[in-house]
Amino acid sequence: MSKTLFDKVWDSHVVKHIENGPDVLFIDRHLVHEVTSPVAFLGLKNRNIKVLYPERTFATADHNTPTRNQHLPVKDKLSAKQLKALEENSKAHNIPYWGLGHEKNGIVHVIGPENGITAPGATIVCGDSHTSTHGAFGAIAFGIGTSEVEMVLSTQCIMQPKAKSLRITIDGDLNIGVTPKDVALFIISKLTTSGATGYFVEYAGEVFRNMSMEGRMTVCNLSIEMGARGGMIAPDEKTFDYIKGREYTPKGAAWDKAMKYWQTLYSDENAVFDKEITFTANEIEPMITYGTNPGMGIGIQNGIPSADAVEGGNATYKKSLQYMAFNEGEAMIGKPIDFVFLGSCTNGRIEDFRAFASIIKGRKKADNVTAWLVPGSHRVEEAIKREGILDILNTAGFELREPGCSACLAMNDDKIPAGKYAVSTSNRNFEGRQGPGSRTLLASPLVAAAAAVTGKVTDPRELMELQTA
Amino acid sequence: MAYDKFNILKSSAVPLPIENVDTDQIIPARFLKATERKGFGDNLFRDWRYNPDNTPKEHFVLNNPIYSGKILVGGKNFGSGSSREHAAWAVYDYGFRCVVSSFFADIFRNNCLNIGVLPVQVSPEFLDKIFKAIEADPNTELEISLPEQTITILETGESEGFAINDYKKENMLNGFDDIDYLLNIKKDIEVFAQDTPL
Ligand code: SF4
Repeated sequence: MSKTLFDKVWDSHVVKHIENGPDVLFIDRHLVHEVTSPVAFLGLKNRNIKVLYPERTFATADHNTPTRNQHLPVKDKLSAKQLKALEENSKAHNIPYWGLGHEKNGIVHVIGPENGITAPGATIVCGDSHTSTHGAFGAIAFGIGTSEVEMVLSTQCIMQPKAKSLRITIDGDLNIGVTPKDVALFIISKLTTSGATGYFVEYAGEVFRNMSMEGRMTVCNLSIEMGARGGMIAPDEKTFDYIKGREYTPKGAAWDKAMKYWQTLYSDENAVFDKEITFTANEIEPMITYGTNPGMGIGIQNGIPSADAVEGGNATYKKSLQYMAFNEGEAMIGKPIDFVFLGSCTNGRIEDFRAFASIIKGRKKADNVTAWLVPGSHRVEEAIKREGILDILNTAGFELREPGCSACLAMNDDKIPAGKYAVSTSNRNFEGRQGPGSRTLLASPLVAAAAAVTGKVTDPRELMELQTA
Repeated sequence: MAYDKFNILKSSAVPLPIENVDTDQIIPARFLKATERKGFGDNLFRDWRYNPDNTPKEHFVLNNPIYSGKILVGGKNFGSGSSREHAAWAVYDYGFRCVVSSFFADIFRNNCLNIGVLPVQVSPEFLDKIFKAIEADPNTELEISLPEQTITILETGESEGFAINDYKKENMLNGFDDIDYLLNIKKDIEVFAQDTPL
């Protein structure tokens, strides 16, 4: 029988199927961080049990860590307590823990792929919704709640019904200035934040085939923002090249054996999806959001839609614009901004910093802008220095911070003040997400860079043309 | 963590007719720093409920004494965003045992089911009826029967069925959780793990 990629990976991990109930799904690899794990570890303690497979479990500190002076003790007492709890829990259960300052430390979804923890055809979970990132390698990866973290720690399984399948196909060549982030924001703007709820997405077509692994990670990362459980892309030579030789990637005979499996990971020709959606690449422009959910995005040259034009929820829509202090019909171009945030598991990898640098090179940071540039990991930080990007940033008046989630969810000191506008490369523009009262405009690293040097919402293509002219 | 059994719940309800209520609203990230599951109810809808100086915002429904009850009725796409189970804990800890909406985000629904909050998904039309009934009379009672899988507006007798899989239904009726189940089949899992390389 023809199977989808999702079917193949899911079905091969079902330990047990419960009639008119969930599947018991075996989890290959489990990523743990400080915020969603303490209560789960407490649960194990109460039951007096140990982590069943510590070798399948990896812990990092990222969500509430400071992005400056990481060599000093963490000042915030509650954060310090959570970090300590993770360190102690990891030790007690023999789990590798990559805490602050560790060379492998970084955002959980950045370090997974970097260290070869992420593998094609694997099932990967973490108590963080953007676990969908790892789907870029053809893995089934999704976020779970703390009760489920406890299940995986204690039994390496979770219980969930199988999701429906949705294939999103985009063929053609992307326009200049259009990045993987724009592709994802475009899809979400079309589907809305609940359009893919109940589904697992497979991204197919030339656009994704031509994308780099990091680009694929950005797209899969944002699957959750269309409501999907996760998203995945069939592995190919690019995938295998990327993972080869990484620390936790199989070696020698194990690699050859794994390759045999990995090469079967694609949707069969006649596989039937529960739903299929198609777009063409040239419909997509550089995107920016204007509202308080990631579905409220438009091509950067467009005006803010009027309330009548959006489906349902008129009151909700108006409440959202009111929060942003924007009006229906206004242009986004030219709107003054106060902050720029480059970072997060969506756009905190080396290619994102390269893209940002390509725009700011030879320019200066606008005086009215405070910029937080936060690498996704120490490895990314090293690459920024090695490739000379740090010099470009410094010359243009920017400073580089230390890795972590930072202003993506503002659990540390990196909070956008109330009423201020931030162009952010992260993934959520919810009310208060980047700090109480903060106003977030989600965009690509190119759009963020253009805003950082002009102090307002600017089409990056204008600056790209200037550069090439 | 085991939770109270759920059978039939009869209660007035608190209306929140806003769409796309995300988990950052239900519990803002800065309240996720606990290492124990305690006190989350106080910060449920924190930034909608309180001003920056911690005085209550009068207009927010949780600060309006005419609304009360163990049922929270929300707009479409309730619970989108982050996977933080803290959002479900906050709902439970505040005193809600049931959330009604015309559409739930996946992870939030799952988290609710795992901790003993029943997510009841109704048609948009029925949701509208509930909102209208509460608007007309804040004391309107709803009855949610898990055994029958029905939700009824008691005043008018209007009723609708809702879906839940048999396994989760059994769990909620009995207050069981998944970990108990999984620990019971640990042998099967260990056999499976042997054949599944890292
Ligand atoms: S960067 Fe943001 S979305 Fe990514 S793991 Fe951290 S908090 Fe979650």
